[in-house]
Formats: sequence, C-alpha cells, structure tokens
Amino acid sequence: MRLKINGKQQEIKDCFDLEKLISSKGLNPNNIVVEYNTKIIPKQNWPEVILKPEDMIEIVSFVGGG
Amino acid sequence: MSDIFKIRDKQIKSRLFLGTGKFSDKRLVKLVIDAAKVDVVTVALRRVDLESQDENILDYIPEECTLMPNTSGARTAREAIRIARLAKATGCGNWIKIEVISDNQYLLPDNLETLKAVEVLAAEGFVVLPYISPDISMARRMVKAGAAAIMPLGSPIGSNRGFKTEELVRIMIRQIKVPIIVDAGLAMPSQAAKCMEIGCAAVLVNTAIATAQDPINMALAFSLAVEAGRKAYLSSKRPGIDFAQASSPLTGFLTQE
Repeated sequence: MRLKINGKQQEIKDCFDLEKLISSKGLNPNNIVVEYNTKIIPKQNWPEVILKPEDMIEIVSFVGGG
Repeated sequence: MSDIFKIRDKQIKSRLFLGTGKFSDKRLVKLVIDAAKVDVVTVALRRVDLESQDENILDYIPEECTLMPNTSGARTAREAIRIARLAKATGCGNWIKIEVISDNQYLLPDNLETLKAVEVLAAEGFVVLPYISPDISMARRMVKAGAAAIMPLGSPIGSNRGFKTEELVRIMIRQIKVPIIVDAGLAMPSQAAKCMEIGCAAVLVNTAIATAQDPINMALAFSLAVEAGRKAYLSSKRPGIDFAQASSPLTGFLTQE
C-alpha cells in the first residue's frame, strides 16, 4: 500500500502496524518521535496503530541547531 | 559572591548557552560542552533521513545538560506549536526556544506569531523562551503570557555582526522581570562580555563557536568572557538612569479627562 512518509509517497509491503514499519526502516525507537496523521503516537502505542493506504507519517529526531 | 541563576525552578550553572548547529564533527559538540562547562544546549527537530542514517546528536550531549529544542523551520505559531509538542514527546524535558521566522534573507523573527505560540505553549506547561526582535511591548506581552525568559537577537542569525541591538536590550533589561538572554549574531567573546556587563542573564552562541578554527578554545574564550562580564556587572555601580525624554509635549492628550 502507498503511505506518505516524511512528505514522500512510499510503497510499503508487509508492514501492518506502526511498530513494524519503524523497525523495517532500521530506526532506533529511542531517538525518534512519530506523528501519525498529525497525531503524536507514544512508542508503547505503535503496535496498536494499524496502517492503511494514504496514511501520513512523520518521523522526526533531534539534530544540531542553534 | 553568590550569584544563582535560575530559569523557573531550574538552577543553571553556566550563563553561556550553546547552539549545536554547524559543527564540522558532532564529536566536537561534546568536547566543547565539557571544556566550557556548558549547561543549556539547543537542538533542532527535523525529519529523519530514511536513506542515510546519521548518528543522533543526543549521543554527544551529556545527560546533565538542559536541552532547549528550538522550533526552527516554523513560519507560523501553528507550526511552532506542532514542533514544540513533537520535541516534548522525545521525553527530553519541557523547555522550548520559540523561533518563528518567515523572512528567509535576514532570518528575523515574527514577533506576533511568536507571541501566539508563547500563549499556547506556556499554558500547556512548557518552559518557553521566545527568540524575538527586541521590542519591549512584545516582550511584556510574552512575559504576561508566561514566557520564562526573553531572548532578543544581537544581530541576524549566523551573521557574526555582533551586538547591534544594545540600546533596546538595555531597556529590556531594566523593564522586563524575567532573564534577558542575547541570542544570535555574537561573533567574539568581547561582545558576549558586553552583553553580560549591561546585565543580560546569559548569552546563546552557536556559529561563532561551531565555525571557529578551534571551537574548543573559542568556547572556552566565550565562557571566560561571559564570566568576566557577569562579574563586572555585579561589581559595578548600578548604571545611571537614562530614560527617554519626550520631544513632543506631554500635555493636551486626546485621552486626558
């Protein structure tokens, strides 16, 4: 199915929930914050979020800045 | 002489705040923090690059530091509020430097949008530090809305043009009862010392340290200058009052009864 991740359309296979998507991207869950359809989802709730086509996901983390 | 610096209930050990952008190597961030004994550290929030994964900046910031994420990239209050909530969700505390900029050339802050973000975020329990153009009325409104400190710019971000807003910042120091922290544009330690001599509570420096040939020694130099300026401020006679003198008559106003 097609999802929008960080502003880009992506074709995703075999990821039914948010937790599986994050781990398939090789991301360290401790370093990131995830917004699902503009709502922040705490890490412990990722497995409960079942993905559907056209979902919008933002994955952010801290970088150097002033 | 005891000289305790607090923002809300948090005691701050160093009056030199550090921005972590533009360092050629992230490892320098930690070396600079350790060398200059920096306490408050700024970071930004960005989309994760899913193609190439970089190390996390937090790996180079000691846990004892107070993290002050900024809302850089926000052009409106709404965007700043969204970034602030995401930053808080990282679990790294509730401080937020509100930075709302719609001017791409000079990166000057939009004080009105900043005020709107202060109102919402302070009510949500954030420790809010707005980055502003030094406007006394706006600063007052922001304090009333719950700002924990006010951070006027010295000159445009990254411009290395120094402390150009001195007169306005002086007035702010006299009139505003929360800490005044000069943020942006400071190029040399002498300018940081100047800010501290006139009574700023702290300064925030990034570019001048990060892009120095020797960032560690430059940070040390800034830290010494900040301490020197602070000591001079505490030891000097209180500077004379230099209020404005109206040049138009102070009688016959339309509002007088």
